[in-house]
Amino acid sequence: MSKVRVLVGTRKGAFILESDGKRDKWEVSGPHFAGWEIYHMKGSPADPNRLYASQSSAWFGQIIQRSDDGGKSWHQPGTPDAEPSRIREAFPKGESNKFVYDTSPESGKPLTTHQWYDGTPHPWEFKRVWHLEPSLDDPDTVYAGVEDAAIFRSTDGGKNWHELAGLRGHGTGPAWQPGAGGMCLHTILIDPSDPKRMFIAISAAGAFRTDDGGKNWRPINRGLHSLYIPNPTAEVGHCVHRIALNPSRPNVLFMQKHWDVMRSDDGGESWREVSGNLPTDFGFPIDVHAHEPDTVFVVPIKSDSEHFPPDGKLRVYRSRSGGNEWEPMTKGLPQRDCYVNVLRDAMSVDSLDPCGVYFGTTGGQVYGSADGGESWTAIVRDLPAVVSVEAQALA
Amino acid sequence: MIRVVLPAHLRKLAQVEGEVKLEVAGPITQGTVLDALEARYPMLRGTIRDHATHKRRPFVRFFACEQDLSHESPDAPLPEAVATGKDAFMIVGAIAGG
Repeated sequence: MSKVRVLVGTRKGAFILESDGKRDKWEVSGPHFAGWEIYHMKGSPADPNRLYASQSSAWFGQIIQRSDDGGKSWHQPGTPDAEPSRIREAFPKGESNKFVYDTSPESGKPLTTHQWYDGTPHPWEFKRVWHLEPSLDDPDTVYAGVEDAAIFRSTDGGKNWHELAGLRGHGTGPAWQPGAGGMCLHTILIDPSDPKRMFIAISAAGAFRTDDGGKNWRPINRGLHSLYIPNPTAEVGHCVHRIALNPSRPNVLFMQKHWDVMRSDDGGESWREVSGNLPTDFGFPIDVHAHEPDTVFVVPIKSDSEHFPPDGKLRVYRSRSGGNEWEPMTKGLPQRDCYVNVLRDAMSVDSLDPCGVYFGTTGGQVYGSADGGESWTAIVRDLPAVVSVEAQALA
Repeated sequence: MIRVVLPAHLRKLAQVEGEVKLEVAGPITQGTVLDALEARYPMLRGTIRDHATHKRRPFVRFFACEQDLSHESPDAPLPEAVATGKDAFMIVGAIAGG
């Protein structure tokens, strides 16, 4: 019997939701890391019991946590439990939270400046890890998207991190500017047909692609149109909120931008708008059905200042035609007086059949659908504000 | 024996309850106390001061003997009462908003 595990990061800790393949009865465990912000948790596709979590605090910075048993126990990679010891040298360095930007001569010293909100140059300052993306085939390799925007990689299970400096150093970095949530690298997609090809997205710089495993990067924003920047079709400066792909068709990308839902059929070389009949083309998350590569889910949000659903109705919109034609999925979702938001990393799908779809809200609800979005139930209703949701199908 | 009071978040992270007691060799300064603290509890590295620069994180403050020591040099001697263990060296999460 298959199982599903849903990893939920919130403003005040992590929660793990588990069910069998029917997905109608759920066990909830947590809070793990109570009191800390959990920006993201994700399991390794190569070893589903290997989980990584980004734990952070404005006060005390960044912590990386790892579980090797599906979330039953956690540790900071490379750091032993806090048993007092008289042998100081016995401790490893505990550098799993050491995210230091690359300034080495070998990589061309990419630590320049980026733009501050007012257009003045601003130094890169590490704040937190927004997204952790484990390798598709190696549980010890994991990528981290961070604020201020950069991508790091660990090849030793999260003990040590090294920046893939070619991203910030490729040339447009000095023109990047933070979005309202900070200058975050929030999306990392690995192409399953060619793991050396990765797509990332940054608010508010845009989307970027590497074809050589992260050494060289280039912007892939042709076709994006952003009226809130001086040159609406600039090479960088676009506030991309999220990108998604279906593993069976990795050259087709879907994007929820600050405004506009976009689609690319050529690996990001060019984009076209597919917002179609959505009630608003603003929103944060976007995801693709696990088995139907033209079935896409978004959660329209009224505007970039109000950040709640139109008319107080929480509706997931589904397109089964790869965009443009969208239908509201409302069964089981509140259709009055609902003013929550759904953040960019707070939607996920599982790979069971029928495909499960999950999303979490800033009101603390996690909704699940076991039938591809047709109907929804609240798995939990009263968690802290949900920041991220990741679903895993387990054998 | 140096006594160190950690804020709740860091006590949880280090899996300790109450004060931490440390043996510190040589001069008793912010720097040597934090070195000893991080050596014994390496999971605290980067949470109190920056990994690379060793500068205090902006929302962390240091107090002892009813004095704010946050802006003292990391190499300045701590008060005698801290060095003798009479008073604790307090690491405090600054309040920045409600």
